[in-house]
Amino acid sequence: MSGQICDLPAHELVRQLKRGEFSAEEALESTLNRIERVEGRSGSLENTSPDPSDPDRVHAYITVTRERARQQSRAVDRALAAGEDPGPLAGVPVAIKDIFCVAGTPSTAGSRILANFVAPYTATPAARLEAAGAVTIGKANLDEFTYGSSNESSAFTPTTRNPWSTDRVPGGSSGGSAAAVAAGEATLSLGTDTSGSIRQPAAFCGVVGLKPTYGRVSRYGLIAFASSLDCPGPLARNTTDAALMLGTIAGPDWRDATAANAPLADYLGALEAGVQGLRIGLSPDFLRLRTPDGETGEQREHGLQPEIEQAVRRVADTLAGLGAEIVEDVRLPSVQFGIPAYFVISRVEAASNLHRYDGVKYGHRSAAPVTDLSQLYRRSRGEGFGTQPKLRILMGMYVSGAQYEKRYYERALQVRTAIRRDFERAFDREGPSRLDALLAPTTPTTAFELGKVYGDSVLMQYADLLTVPANHAGIPALSIPAGLDSKGLPIGVQWMGPDFSEATLLRIGRAYEQATADQPWRQLRPAILRELPNG
Amino acid sequence: MAEAPNREPIDDRVFQHLVQLAALELRADEAEYLRRELNAQLAAIRNLEAIQIPADLPITSHGVPYSPAIRPGPRPDQIRPSELADAILSQAPEVLDRYIVVPDLPRTDLE
Repeated sequence: MSGQICDLPAHELVRQLKRGEFSAEEALESTLNRIERVEGRSGSLENTSPDPSDPDRVHAYITVTRERARQQSRAVDRALAAGEDPGPLAGVPVAIKDIFCVAGTPSTAGSRILANFVAPYTATPAARLEAAGAVTIGKANLDEFTYGSSNESSAFTPTTRNPWSTDRVPGGSSGGSAAAVAAGEATLSLGTDTSGSIRQPAAFCGVVGLKPTYGRVSRYGLIAFASSLDCPGPLARNTTDAALMLGTIAGPDWRDATAANAPLADYLGALEAGVQGLRIGLSPDFLRLRTPDGETGEQREHGLQPEIEQAVRRVADTLAGLGAEIVEDVRLPSVQFGIPAYFVISRVEAASNLHRYDGVKYGHRSAAPVTDLSQLYRRSRGEGFGTQPKLRILMGMYVSGAQYEKRYYERALQVRTAIRRDFERAFDREGPSRLDALLAPTTPTTAFELGKVYGDSVLMQYADLLTVPANHAGIPALSIPAGLDSKGLPIGVQWMGPDFSEATLLRIGRAYEQATADQPWRQLRPAILRELPNG
Repeated sequence: MAEAPNREPIDDRVFQHLVQLAALELRADEAEYLRRELNAQLAAIRNLEAIQIPADLPITSHGVPYSPAIRPGPRPDQIRPSELADAILSQAPEVLDRYIVVPDLPRTDLE
C-alpha cells in the first residue's frame, strides 16, 4: 500500500473521511494528482499522431471533469462540517464509463458520432452514486459503443493501456474503468457488461468486477448496445467495495421498465458469513474451449492458458478448505454455443439501437454538401461510426432479414433458452448439483498485447467465451483477482449464481480474499505504480 | 480454367444491399474489410446450425423471467412536464425558431 488516499479502498476512504482524517477535497486532489502522474494524454479525436510518452501511460479517461468534481467534494465537506451524513460513498472518487449520460458532460460512447454530444440528463446509476456522496472524476474510455474486448476500437486515442504492463490491453469494453481503478485514477468505476465487458477488463487489470442480474440495476441513461443483455455494474478494488457500490446503484426505477422490483439484499451485511456448507461447482464446459478455426470456421477444442486453470483449481481448494463443498463435473453443454448465439442476438439489437444516430437531432452531422436527407444520413453515419459499429449494423441487418430470421435469429434465441436451462439445472435445489455458485475462469488468457487481436473480429469476440453465458442466462457473475501468471499479469476467476444471488457471490469473494490476504501476489501493485517515486 | 465458385454468402451484391439498408456511406478499403469480417463472423454463426435443439424449445427474450412478483407495473398514464426541451434542442446540429433544420426529403417526380 502506498499510503496515498487514492489507493485506499472505497469503504476505508469513507471511514477515514468521516473520522476527519482528511477531507473530501484532499481525497479528490490525491486522485487528481495520481491522474497527473500516470494518465498521460486522455483520449481525444485530436490525438492523431503518437507522443513518445504514450506507451508508458494509462490513458484511462476521455474527459476529466476537475471543476465539477471539486464542487462535489466541497459539498461533501460542507455536509460533514454541518454534522450531516453525505452518504455511504461520501467523497469517493468514481469514474463513469463514457457510455452513461451525465448531465452537462460530454457523453461520447467512444464514438466520433457522439463526440460533441453533451448529455441533458444523468443516468440512474450515475445519479445514485452522486446522491450517495460519490465524486465523479470523469468519463472513462471504452470500446466504441462498447463493441470490443480490448478498448482498441475507441475513436478517442491514445488507446487505454493496462497498468500492469502498458504494452498490453486493459480488456474491454470497460477498459478505461478497470485501468482507472487499478492505477488509482479512481476508487470505483461504473461499467457495463453485455458479454463480459465488466468482468473481462476486471480480470485483465486485477480488480473486482460484478455483472449483476439483468434488471438489478437500471439502464436509464445508458447508451444502449444490446438491450436484452446490457447490465450496469461496479468495478472496485475488492468485494467489500463492490458490495457497497451495488447497494447504492441497484433497485427499481420507474424510468426503466426492465428494472426489477426484486427486494435489495443487504450486500454488506452478508459479506462476512463465510462459505461453510455452500455448494460450489466446477464444469468441464468452462475449462475445455471450443473456438473456430481461422480458415474454415470449424470448431476446435483446446484448453485454457494452463496458469489460469491452475488458479481455478487453487481457488476451489481454498474454498474447500473454508468449508465449501466443491461439486465436480457439472455439465452445461449449451454454453459452448454462447458466442455464435451472441453474434446474432447482439448484432440484431445493436443494429436496431444504432438507427437513431442520423446527424439530425444530435451528434455528428456531415459538413459535406448533400442533395437530400437520405444522403445526409449516409454521410453522417459513414463519417461518424467506426468499423465496429458498422460491422454490427451490417450483420444485424443480414441475420434479421426475413429469409434468415428462423435460421439465425430464432435459433439464437432458442440457444439462449438452452443456456438458461443449463444454469437452472445446475442451481436447482431439487437437482443433482444443487449449486449455490459455479466457479469458472473469467478469461481464456491473461491480457494480450495491443494490436495482437484487434482487427480479427471473430477472435476478439471469442475473448468473451467464458463470460457471455451469464449474459445469455441473465444471472449475476462476480470476477475477482486470483493470482498472477508467470509474466506478472493478473488472473481472474468468476462465480456465477442464480438470479439475484449477488450477496452470495460477494460473500464467497470476501471469504476468498480473507483466506489469501497474506499471499505474496496480493502485495504486488500494478507495474506503473511500482515505478512511481513516493507512490 | 473455370473460376472457383464464390463460397462467401455475403458477396458484393448482398453487401451493397446491406450497406443501403444500413444507411452507410463507406470508403472502398473499409468496405473490403467489413465484407471480409462479415463472412468470417457468419462462418462462426453457422455453428448454430449444428446444435441439436428440440424444435419446440421456446425462445427467450430475456434471460431473467419477469415473474409477476418482480415485474414493474405500468407507469401512470400521465403527462409530465419536461424541463429538458432547451437542453435537447441545443444538441441539434441546426435549429431555426426551435425547429430542427434538415435538407430536402428525397423526392421522385411521377411521370
